[in-house]
Amino acid sequence: MPKSLLIISRQSPWSGPSAREALDIALAGGAFDLPLGMLFMDDGVLQLMPSQRAGALQQKDITANLQALSMFGVEDLFACHTSLAERGLSPTELSVEPLQVLRDQDIAALIDRYDQVITI
Amino acid sequence: MKFAIALYSPAHAPSSRRALLFAQAALAGGHEIVRLFFYQDGVHSASSNVVTPQDELDVPAQWRDFVTQHQLDGVVCIAAGLRRGVLNTQEAERYSRPAANLAEPWDLSGLGQLHDAVQAADRLICFGGP
Repeated sequence: MPKSLLIISRQSPWSGPSAREALDIALAGGAFDLPLGMLFMDDGVLQLMPSQRAGALQQKDITANLQALSMFGVEDLFACHTSLAERGLSPTELSVEPLQVLRDQDIAALIDRYDQVITI
Repeated sequence: MKFAIALYSPAHAPSSRRALLFAQAALAGGHEIVRLFFYQDGVHSASSNVVTPQDELDVPAQWRDFVTQHQLDGVVCIAAGLRRGVLNTQEAERYSRPAANLAEPWDLSGLGQLHDAVQAADRLICFGGP
C-alpha cells in the first residue's frame, strides 16, 4: 500500500510561487497514481476565488490547473471553513470542485488520516 | 526510523540551520535519512555561490560537508532551482546561462524524488514552511 500524502496549501495565489509549487507537488504525485489529498487553508483559500484577473498582475492564473486536479488523479480536495469565513468567501461560490469544506475539528481528523503531511 | 527531510528556506534563514541540526541529530541518534529534498527557496541553501561573512556560520558549506561525509542523497528540485537560478553545469549549458552554482554532492532532479522519499520514509519532516 503506498503511503498517503496530504498537501496543505496556505499561501495566496499572488504572493509568490508557493501556490504554484504546492500544486506542482500534487500534479507530480497524481502522475504516479499516489493517494493524495490537498487542503487549502489560511490565505491558500484565496486560490479558490472565482473570477481572478491574473493578467492585471502580469501573472499566470492557476485556476484551470486547480480545476484539472481531479483529472490528474487528485480528487480529495478540501478547504478550511474558518479560513473561508475569515476572508468573506462563500463555500458555494468557489472555482474548484469537488471540494469538501471542513470545520476545524474535521481538519484535525483529516490530518490524522494521512500518513504524511507537507505544508507549503 | 527512516526520515525524509524537506527544506524550503534559503541558507540565511534560521530554519535552514534547524534542518541541518535536526539531520545531524537524526544520524547521531542512529536513524536513517532516506533523502534530503530542497524545494522552493531551499534551493539557495545548496548554492556554491553563497559567501558567508567569516564570523558567521556557513550553512551551505555545512550542508555540503554533511551530505558528503555521510554519503546522503541530496536532491535539489530542478523546477525550483531553474526558477531561482540554481543550476548545475548541464542546466547552465542547456539554457545558455553564464555560470553554474550547483555542484557535488547535490543532484538536480524532479518532484518525483520527493514523492519517492515520502514513500520510503517513516516520517517526512519539513523545515522553512509557512
